[in-house]
Amino acid sequence: MTAPANAEFAIDVRGLNKHYGEKHVVRDVSLRVRRGEIFGFLGPNGSGKTTTIRMVCGLLKPDSGSGTCLGYDIVRERAEIKRNVGYMTQRFSYWDDLSIIENLDFVARMYEIRDRKAAVRRALETLGLASRGRQLAGSLSGGWKQRMALAACMLHEPSLLLLDEPTAGVDPRARRDFWDELQSLAAQGISVLVSTHYMDEAVRCHKLAYIAYGKLLAQGTAAEVVASQHLTTWAIYGGHLSELQDELRRKPGVEQTVTFGDVLHVSGTDAALLGRTVATAASSSGRRAEPVETGLEDVFIYLMGKTQDNGGGAA
Amino acid sequence: MKWIGGFSRVRWWSIVLKEFTQLKRDRLTFAMIVGIPIMQTALFGYAINTNPKHLDTAIVSADDTGITRSFIAALQNSSYFKVVATLPSEAAGREALAQGKVLFVINIPAGFTRQLLRHERPSLLIEADATDPTATGSALAAVSGIAQSVVQREITGPLASLASSPPPFDVRIHQLYNPDNITQYFVVPGLTGMVLTLTMVLMTGLAITRERERGTMENLLAMPVTPLEVMTGKLIPYIGIGLIQATIILLAARYVFQVPFFGNIGAVYLSALLFIAANLTVGITFSSLARNQLQAVQLGIFFFLPNIMLSGFMFPFKGMPGWAQAIGNLLPLTYFLRLIRGILLKGNGWADSWPNVWPMMVFTVLLMFVASITYRKTLD
Repeated sequence: MTAPANAEFAIDVRGLNKHYGEKHVVRDVSLRVRRGEIFGFLGPNGSGKTTTIRMVCGLLKPDSGSGTCLGYDIVRERAEIKRNVGYMTQRFSYWDDLSIIENLDFVARMYEIRDRKAAVRRALETLGLASRGRQLAGSLSGGWKQRMALAACMLHEPSLLLLDEPTAGVDPRARRDFWDELQSLAAQGISVLVSTHYMDEAVRCHKLAYIAYGKLLAQGTAAEVVASQHLTTWAIYGGHLSELQDELRRKPGVEQTVTFGDVLHVSGTDAALLGRTVATAASSSGRRAEPVETGLEDVFIYLMGKTQDNGGGAA
Repeated sequence: MKWIGGFSRVRWWSIVLKEFTQLKRDRLTFAMIVGIPIMQTALFGYAINTNPKHLDTAIVSADDTGITRSFIAALQNSSYFKVVATLPSEAAGREALAQGKVLFVINIPAGFTRQLLRHERPSLLIEADATDPTATGSALAAVSGIAQSVVQREITGPLASLASSPPPFDVRIHQLYNPDNITQYFVVPGLTGMVLTLTMVLMTGLAITRERERGTMENLLAMPVTPLEVMTGKLIPYIGIGLIQATIILLAARYVFQVPFFGNIGAVYLSALLFIAANLTVGITFSSLARNQLQAVQLGIFFFLPNIMLSGFMFPFKGMPGWAQAIGNLLPLTYFLRLIRGILLKGNGWADSWPNVWPMMVFTVLLMFVASITYRKTLD
């Protein structure tokens, strides 16, 4: 793949905006994805992830903003982008009434792949679909459908993959396999932008971005994203935590409480105030409390809550 | 209140309510619920007339006298005939009939009145376009009575001796194109148009909304394929299907119903192609408007109804009131029916066909324009 410019970034877009009627679904989003990087795109449902991805791959024209994808201009060179990007839609979007082979063959023709037969056969083999080639795509289970979709969007050997919630509704085992596959692709130098809701997937990304109500709230490595919010977190152990959670929520310094099974995470930006509040609460209820490292999930829940409080309602 | 098997009125009622709520949300279904009875009532109640009157008639008169004028006046007074033109020659009359501009041409030969006065029993010739026997039947049946009354009313005084029965002149009727008044000759070729309208509009409408409904359209668009390639690629199979359907009906017309094929069969297929194109543009437009396959079908039915009623497929076009004819004139089927019946039954050539060809072309081009705008909108 010969990219005209921007050898460093697979995706480099600035100030993207998109409106659907009155709704401002993407607001000033800027993203930079390095080549060979797995870039995780997180955010609640309806936050503008899909719209952003569609703008990056040339499906949608942004209302304003500019940038490049694989060095091609996202407004003027959409045809080039489509030819060099593999895009996997959120919903399975291959033809249910065609067999796996027919689907792959169709995609191969769309990209005018030379030696189509060989490309299709290779795709079937590497993804372990060889024995199911003649099965209709519609009869496949969720996991197999997703493998087929990945095989199809890899057929033309794209140097960038855009995956929109590829593992939604897929079982844990198939998810794990899928991510192993992604990581080996990244190791071969393929860049991946993947949107997801799963924390275990987020931690496997090299870089993350968090978007809510169309606004990009944080971007960087997992550690950078966590650090950017300046949260201190305490863990409180023991059963029957819900009463304590209700009580703590109203206390000074407590900005967020989340239960993970038997553990209650209490977070806040004022470390000293939070420390005093938690210590009092723990000792009065006879529970053990200790400071822990703020996790990615704490931060995401915090970000989600923060946008709902300020400005989020305007969306 | 409990019934056998535990029928709960609360549960049952909640199902009823849910159904109503969903119906209310589906605006197109709602429009159909109200629109179809209104449309049907208007069409059947006002537009359709199986005893058509005021039919377009041309006069070719070589003998302009009081008696011939009063005969023509009597024809008009019968309310079946409406004189719209006076033509110079019998040939011009034939041309007007071939092009469907008039349904009747009344030829009055030179010296008609003179012969009448000499008791020579002259003849009047009425030529009728009998392609649609229903349209011309009752008018022709009325002619002899009209002739009789003219004689009784107009020929008085010294000429009263002429007012004997049988009348002192003949009215000869030539039923052109379908002299035996066989309804099948008229209906079966028209079926081609009917079937093509139904399948072309529905199938293309469905083919495109199906891609959108299943989400595969987004996938297609993310590939390097251009919208033009998608559109034309998707339509080609339906053109083939349309031609096969036309062939089946034409074969049946020829060999089962013995419909005469006077015109050029190549011209029939060219007309069919043009007509298919016109309907495909309707299908594409519907597919852009419809959000799902059900809506595409509903729009298809909405389009289909006026096509059956107002195109002249089942009921005489000339028998409809002006507003219904105006709507009918917007439908490509109206022109296609005239075209195919003209070619097959009248042996019409290019010149006689052209008046029905260009409206279809205009329709196709206009709708292609609308379709490309609505289609593009659905992408972005």
